[in-house]
Amino acid sequence: METKVLPEALRVINVGLESFADDLRADGVPVVQMDWRPPAGGNARLAALLAELDDEA
Amino acid sequence: MGLRTEILPAFYQDSVVLMRISAQVRARVSVREVALFMGTPANHALLAQAGLATAAGQAAGPNDLIVTVSADDERVAAEAIGTVKELLAESSRSRETAAEYRPRTLDSALQALPDANLAALSIPGPYVRDEAMAALRRNLHLFIFSDNVPIADEIAMKQEALRRGLLCMGPDQGTAYLGGVGLGFANVVARGRVGCVAASGTGLQAVVSRLDALGEGVSHAIGVGGRDLSEAVGGAMTLFALDALAADPATEGIVLVSKPPHPSVLDRVEARLAAIPKPTVICCVGAKPRSPGKVVWVDTLQQAADAIVAAMAGQRWDSAPLSDAGQVGKCLRSLAGAGCGGRRILGLYTGGTLAYETGHVLRGVFGDDHPHRILDLGDDEYTVGRPHPMIDPRTRGEMIVRAGDDPGIGVLLVDLVLGKGAHASPAAPLAEAVNEARRSARAGGRDIAVLAAVIGTVGDPQGLASQAALLEEAGIATLATNADAARCAAMLVHPPLQAEWMREMA
Repeated sequence: METKVLPEALRVINVGLESFADDLRADGVPVVQMDWRPPAGGNARLAALLAELDDEA
Repeated sequence: MGLRTEILPAFYQDSVVLMRISAQVRARVSVREVALFMGTPANHALLAQAGLATAAGQAAGPNDLIVTVSADDERVAAEAIGTVKELLAESSRSRETAAEYRPRTLDSALQALPDANLAALSIPGPYVRDEAMAALRRNLHLFIFSDNVPIADEIAMKQEALRRGLLCMGPDQGTAYLGGVGLGFANVVARGRVGCVAASGTGLQAVVSRLDALGEGVSHAIGVGGRDLSEAVGGAMTLFALDALAADPATEGIVLVSKPPHPSVLDRVEARLAAIPKPTVICCVGAKPRSPGKVVWVDTLQQAADAIVAAMAGQRWDSAPLSDAGQVGKCLRSLAGAGCGGRRILGLYTGGTLAYETGHVLRGVFGDDHPHRILDLGDDEYTVGRPHPMIDPRTRGEMIVRAGDDPGIGVLLVDLVLGKGAHASPAAPLAEAVNEARRSARAGGRDIAVLAAVIGTVGDPQGLASQAALLEEAGIATLATNADAARCAAMLVHPPLQAEWMREMA
């Protein structure tokens, strides 16, 4: 567990504002920008079911 | 005519892109307002609050883009909506030509970057929990910039993070540093020996900028979100972060920055700090410093940096009313002609903790019942449909211009926060607004003194010296710490304080 705390070299998955990914890249940090959009087309009930599925995975 | 709305179905865009485009449209077409929002429940409420809700817009879902324009005639409205679509298409084209792979799921993102160790989330608050939990299950630390995350979600995310030995920085955390890299709104500072735990974004920026000026750097600065020290969250991530910094060999001294914690949480946090065998400083802006023990208590953000540097050098640190009496004296002399005595201070801040600190300094001087007003323009009430004032200077500019017409206002007190993520040259629009306010004031036969706390480092992309020079050219006096700026403002409206504080510093 200890090795997980306070990482020395960041490698980032950016979910949301792209400007944050740009700033990190400028710092030489490897970044993958996700193409995020509200899950299940914004259908809250369906999204909750999908999240539950991931939980069990 | 009033409002015209068009919905672009299944057209998700992030809020910064949308705000940039609405600003571009406002600059090109003479409309009263352009609102671009995804149709989430929170945004529907926001549009209603701003008087921009329409029957057509109600039908939009979270994945649909609502374009609402307020214009004087039909032709202008149509032109504005046309411009919105053009700019959106341009934005999509430039993204496509960048040919960058953008995975749709966390698992495909992890295939593209298999040893990723952190997920940065800046998506609408109600969606944060599911994404955060999925990231934690994949052993990713979290940096959560999003606000409007329910507190129950925050508690659940932090408990899950602790169970897995991971950091959950946020929600509503503006700044953090891990391994020398800044996340969010971050000043450029060197890697160094000081570790920070911060339940505040601009508070952390002020501390690391001061450390930089003192020649010290940051090992890690763990932002925990403004609610971590509430009774409900119980300091969960603060305590974890303190343990992590205590165990970190690169960290030689530790600073905790926050607004006043819940008393029961403060007891726990202070006990934990006291048990760390390294120098520790605690700065709970607005809380009454406790009696000195092993942990050094300070009153202001600048003192937090000063005190940890002294403690790491094995030196005693003494509190003083001003950090740079020479510069304060220079400001007082340059602004003496404005005739501020007996008039009011108006503080217009982009940084929440900085505004809070100024309020605390003024209460300490004038008591709770004083006539001065200190506003945090990052508060929700000022940001409806607009980006944060650290990115978009319009709201503050308009308020500064109005202040020029108010004869009761003698001192305008502002912050200028530099660093990554902030406006490319925030001094320019600030100087412009101040010039206009001054013209109005002078037309009314008076003057207004303007003071700015410039929070930044020599490494910041905007250029610390050139930004300060732009302000000075506009007759704005600059100070490197917010507490000095607040005290300077107090001395201008209440000159007897000058004798007291300046003598104490002599």
